[in-house]
Amino acid sequence: MSDTIAADSETLAVPSAAPRETRAVRLRNFWADYRRSWVAVASLIVIALLIAASFGAPLLAPQDPYDMAALDWMDAFLRPGTVGSGGYMHLLGTDNAGRDMLSAIFYGLRTSFVIGLTAGVLALSIGIVVGLAAAYFRGRTEAVLMRVVDLQLSMPAILLALVMVAMLGQGVAQIIFALVVAQYAYFARTTHGAATVERGKDYIEAARSTPLPTHRVLLRHLLPNVMPPLIVVATVQIASAIALEATLSFLGVGLPLTEPSLGSLISNGFKYIHTDRYWLSIYPGLFLMITVVAINLVGDQVRTILDPRNAR
Amino acid sequence: MTAPLLEIRRVSKRFTRQAGLIERGVARLTGQGAGGTVHAVTDVDLAVPQGEVLGIVGESGCGKSTLGRVVSGIYAPSEGEVVLNGQPVARDRHGASQKLTTKVQMIHQDPFASLNPRMKVGETIGEGPRVHGFGTAAEIRERTGSLLEQVGLEASYADRLPHQFSGGQRQRIAIARALAMQPELLVLDEAVASLDVSIQAQVLNLFTDLRRELGLTALFISHDLSVVRHVCDRVAIMYLGRVVELAGAEDLYRAPLHPYSEALFASVPTLGTGRASFHPIKGEIPSPLAPPPGCAFHPRCPMAGPRCRVEVPRLKTPVQGARQVACHLHDGGTQQKDIAA
Repeated sequence: MSDTIAADSETLAVPSAAPRETRAVRLRNFWADYRRSWVAVASLIVIALLIAASFGAPLLAPQDPYDMAALDWMDAFLRPGTVGSGGYMHLLGTDNAGRDMLSAIFYGLRTSFVIGLTAGVLALSIGIVVGLAAAYFRGRTEAVLMRVVDLQLSMPAILLALVMVAMLGQGVAQIIFALVVAQYAYFARTTHGAATVERGKDYIEAARSTPLPTHRVLLRHLLPNVMPPLIVVATVQIASAIALEATLSFLGVGLPLTEPSLGSLISNGFKYIHTDRYWLSIYPGLFLMITVVAINLVGDQVRTILDPRNAR
Repeated sequence: MTAPLLEIRRVSKRFTRQAGLIERGVARLTGQGAGGTVHAVTDVDLAVPQGEVLGIVGESGCGKSTLGRVVSGIYAPSEGEVVLNGQPVARDRHGASQKLTTKVQMIHQDPFASLNPRMKVGETIGEGPRVHGFGTAAEIRERTGSLLEQVGLEASYADRLPHQFSGGQRQRIAIARALAMQPELLVLDEAVASLDVSIQAQVLNLFTDLRRELGLTALFISHDLSVVRHVCDRVAIMYLGRVVELAGAEDLYRAPLHPYSEALFASVPTLGTGRASFHPIKGEIPSPLAPPPGCAFHPRCPMAGPRCRVEVPRLKTPVQGARQVACHLHDGGTQQKDIAA
């Protein structure tokens, strides 16, 4: 019998060609897959530039739109490309208060990114907790949690966010809270779906019967295996959080113009849409569109890579 | 005589399916019952002494895997109790599941599903010992390496992920994971069923070697009679949730007593005996939702008599020594016992 064992350890040897899959290798493979679509690469570059521009706004922008003292009424409604009293060119013109549009957009983007990312991460965390708990404990926990989620998904997110903001008032924290309430349900549903599939697999039973503590089974075994679909939903939801915030600000319940976000800039320019001062709303709108589209394109490519049917 | 390591005392396991709201409504309208109870395991009494490998054999759906899960603590028995080392296994406060113990470890059928695909093999093996404080991180790492070598792999494989291994290798990893907990009892649930025949032999050889080295006690659940014969000391044959025959492996293979066991052996193709045809058992296994009255095997049994239709045969010791069989044939015939007589 022992020679059978000896013989099999040779046949069982892992082919030396098989690369050891370290994190670095996986990341490199992921990048190789990602690079196949030049649109996705371009989108990633665009996002990187936008993030750099927004968080580097105090350095890059010619003017601080928060500083009322720096604004000059004489510079109001300057056309794009005009040199104002500050002695620099207003590339995208100025608004009714003499704010440099480019600066305002950079600062506005920063607000949008901060709100979008914070709300996205918070909603993701809450959604994961709800979805995992529902899928793992089943029974009454699942019924209650998922019915609430279903109820919420049957309402438009913007309506829910509007109600929340109406109740809480204006401000960055309030907006983030409203967005989290409106969006966690999407993460919860996705997590629940993926976790229900994974929970039935033997490795979860093996972990439970070892036995390992419940939190360990949930976080170390279940969670890592439901992450891939969540990453995709997260990118899409961050884009939609940015758009949602812009919508709220556009409707006038979001952020005031003294804290410019893209939505409040569009809203402000919208008053002049029937004049020829198109630049007031077109440019912030353009930046919003580019941001949302770029994030969605990145999310699309990530989904394509993570889709097991496209696995190589 | 010392107490056996594992005692399964009159264990039954039923699964009741709660009907949903709509289903209940439909059931009321149509006048039929909703939901249902699956009698997965009924009244099983077994004892496994230290160092023995007990085989549990039966067709799919006979409750053998459920029995394994009851023993390993994943399910709590509906009735009866599981006793380890003379100590009944405690239930948790809901009574829904048993307090799980590190003393019983399970090896699952499908090695592609039983290993966390995103966890390095070394971590999978070392996680349980680390959580339960079996040693320092360095000690556990060392032990993980030696376990990998013990199951015929290399210590350096600890840094790899499961998808880099073949089915047989994964099953070895699963065995190493179970052994890492230093269990007193292993439950192998169809542990080689999903492997190629050549790999099966390798894993079985490994199991036999480990058993010799470590003196393992195990419950070996399988539908494969030849595999069971190879590794088990005694064999329990299950049919529809009940043990119908319990005997030493050699005795059983030489002369099965229960008609179901006989039929099972008759349906195994063998080389060299010159038998050209097999005799599959007639009919289908009845639904465990509605097990037939009397002996569960009577609708398919060629020897069934009137008594078999009404009276459930008990597992008893017939004429020949150390074996048990649940059949009226070996208990004074199949004729209905006259109540007047």
